Amino acid sequence: MENELLQGQASIEGARLTAAQRLRETVGRETLEKHPRPVDSFVRYVMLFCGLVSIFTTVAIVIVLGNEALRFFTTREFVNTNKRLAEAVSAEQTTLPVAASGQQLEAGQVIRIGEEVMRITEILDAETLIVERGIDGSAAVEHPFEGTIFVGNDVSPIEFLTNTVWQPQASEFGILPLLNATIMSSFIGLLVAVPLGLGSAIYLSEYAPQHVRAWLKPILEILAGIPTVVFGFFALNFMTPVLRGVFGQDTVQLYNVASAGIVMGIAIIPLISSMSEDALSAVPRSLREASYGMGATKLETALKVLIPAALSGLIAAFIVGMSRAVGETMIMAIAAGAGPRLTFNPFQSAETIAGHMVRISTGDISYNSVDYNSLFALGLTLFLFTLVLNTIAGAVSRRFREAYQ
Amino acid sequence: MSTTPTTVSTVEPVSRLPVDEAFKRHLRSRHLRGAVWKRFFFLANVVALLALVALFLNVVDRAFGLVATEYTVPPESIIEEYGFQVDSAALQALESNETAEIDTSSTILLENLTSEQLVTILQGELGGRFRVIIRDNLSAIIDATFTSVPLSEAFPGLSLPEGREDVTINDLTPEEQAQLVIDNLPHSRLVDITIEQVLQPRIVGSWSLGESIFNREAVIEQATVNHPNAEVTFRNWVSLDFITSSISSTPTTAGLRTALFGTLWVVLIAIAVALPLGVGAALYLEEYATGNNWLERLIQTNIRNLAGVPSIIYGLLGLFVFVRALGFFTSGQFIGINDVNGRTVISASFTLALLILPVIIINAQEAIRAVPPSIREASYGMGATKWQTIWRQVLPVAFPGILTGVILSMSRAIGETAPLVVIGASTFIGIDPNGPFSKFTVIPIQIYQWTGRPEAEFARLAAAAILVLLTLLISLNATAIFLRQYYRRKLQL
Repeated sequence: MENELLQGQASIEGARLTAAQRLRETVGRETLEKHPRPVDSFVRYVMLFCGLVSIFTTVAIVIVLGNEALRFFTTREFVNTNKRLAEAVSAEQTTLPVAASGQQLEAGQVIRIGEEVMRITEILDAETLIVERGIDGSAAVEHPFEGTIFVGNDVSPIEFLTNTVWQPQASEFGILPLLNATIMSSFIGLLVAVPLGLGSAIYLSEYAPQHVRAWLKPILEILAGIPTVVFGFFALNFMTPVLRGVFGQDTVQLYNVASAGIVMGIAIIPLISSMSEDALSAVPRSLREASYGMGATKLETALKVLIPAALSGLIAAFIVGMSRAVGETMIMAIAAGAGPRLTFNPFQSAETIAGHMVRISTGDISYNSVDYNSLFALGLTLFLFTLVLNTIAGAVSRRFREAYQ
Repeated sequence: MSTTPTTVSTVEPVSRLPVDEAFKRHLRSRHLRGAVWKRFFFLANVVALLALVALFLNVVDRAFGLVATEYTVPPESIIEEYGFQVDSAALQALESNETAEIDTSSTILLENLTSEQLVTILQGELGGRFRVIIRDNLSAIIDATFTSVPLSEAFPGLSLPEGREDVTINDLTPEEQAQLVIDNLPHSRLVDITIEQVLQPRIVGSWSLGESIFNREAVIEQATVNHPNAEVTFRNWVSLDFITSSISSTPTTAGLRTALFGTLWVVLIAIAVALPLGVGAALYLEEYATGNNWLERLIQTNIRNLAGVPSIIYGLLGLFVFVRALGFFTSGQFIGINDVNGRTVISASFTLALLILPVIIINAQEAIRAVPPSIREASYGMGATKWQTIWRQVLPVAFPGILTGVILSMSRAIGETAPLVVIGASTFIGIDPNGPFSKFTVIPIQIYQWTGRPEAEFARLAAAAILVLLTLLISLNATAIFLRQYYRRKLQL
């Protein structure tokens, strides 16, 4: 009995051995335990890297914009005033006789003649300045008759945000004209895009029969796929003549914000329509059916039940549309006009932030020039603007997604 | 307690709800309002459709139409100057046919000349520039070394003057040069060259398709009054010539070839960079991510935010990182190319790659998420590793979806203008881009450039370029739809 048992155990052991041997013969290992798979773990890290590229991109955008914009705010640019010294000046003299022509100077401004930097302490009259010589580590030296005066401009963030003139050549760096045009064109664009986009979404999600939908969706997709430069061409060659025909050649300038804004609105319709449609179709059927059951018409259901229920999604669509409008570049660069101008008349030309950026960077832009540095300051403004809008949209739509889950 | 509600319910409805006539009126007005608003909602879509139609019509309207052309040197005078016989029959045919148009008339006059006569005119009028004609039309060598290499090298496979294979083009006598051209260029091409180089047509007026069709008489009258020497022809601005000629500052000869090559180079490299990165990121987020890791959440949120960043910001990023900071590499200096700065195809491609990355990732994620878990589980059950499962099961099934994303992002990249302007794409270059380290321009930038010019002819060139661009985009999207259907069917079988 005991012998048999022992024999049995031995045979089981033998079977185990042969199983292990068989494993070794077929798989090349003795156990099926987890073993290191170098390819798999390598691939995992490669993919993690791919995912991190997007993070690198964001970080790079923030660093590049921040760093270069900081340079814009901290470097003093000297601009030619076309004002010259009326007499030669010695190294000690603090009263400078100057020609009356050229740009007006103000007390407190920093000027540069030759290599020497000085600060104006007082302006006696148009032809006499009192200055503090040799500041910022420069040496006070003699200057000849007709030495050209350059004025330095420190662009403080406050000046950047409050000055109403953008004229880099005259050292005026106020973003307000550009910002104003951006907001005005976005407003016009949204005025077109929101009612039409929302109307289109309500029609598609509530009214459209299947075969109409099958036609309308691709049309909206084609519209969404048209490059903005083509829309710019359309604005300039179609919308502007139409506006000029309706309101008169004298009221509407050839390049104007209204035409660019309206066409931009058309370009945003598909975006608002598809986002709103998603929001509307996320509203549970039961809400619709309850409303119909109470005797409401389709319109009453749409306006009084669906829109309130999908409100956060619709707001998100609105905000994303706004961010698209603010960042819209080519339509504005082509049709809204060149030259920053602070105007509230949509029929006049004005330049938006993005439009201005494209215009000044056409052709080779030299590094560390005023234009190059201001490009990044403008870019930073635009980036922050859209980032805030997109973050709000994200937060609002997260709220909306939680509502029915 | 229980009686109060019943009394309320019997009294209240009677007083509040309208009855009979009033009810019906109210109902009618509600339905009417519903019908009106339904029309408005429908109209919103119609507006989008109308805008699309107006856009296409507007572009087509400008891309075709009548033009008034004037020759700097009239064909009759040049023929007389060289003392050639003008074919009297051809002239009579021209005179009898009043609608004969300048292009045809000059072509008929010149076609009646022999190749020898045409070459005599060309040599007489162009002098030393005749060699440029030889180079541009016959030679395999298109740079300055052309004049210093032996003929057999410059003109491989062409019939050369006897026994002169080893000398350079400058050593040939004018007669030998003429013979070279006569032997190797077809007569029709010689006619074209003569028109372009000697007669030098200039467009002095152009009209849109609408005017040309519905108002033809008025247009022709206006043209004859304003430009008595010009004659009016119908011009198709999107001709094959337009697509195959290089950039030029005169609207008659300007073409899109340089920009077309630029677009192809930039977009193809951008896709080649963005596709592996995008699919890798999507695989990480869908297959490897555990779902509750801060890093994964950060990547996910970040991708959504990046998708909303205005494209011009990517241009600034590209300008600083690829053009400036990595200029040594992107200009090709590290492999010995040193005539350009970092404003090259490769900088543009990397910029666009970053721009389209979110689109590719989001689409690929959706495609991967749509792969049924049963496929993965079956694969694991057969003992496949994670990577084997992904590579052999998940990716093939997700392929159509990923492809859609790629083509969508390709369309986006083709139409993108602002970031490329910012990184400093050239607006006017004579040489086609021929690799990652060459200067470039792209179709949208040419459209922008031409749209900004005040002359009406440039707007027509822009319209023609838009037609080319839209054709490119539409054929891409059609391919996407076709491929998606094809693979879907293949996977079902």
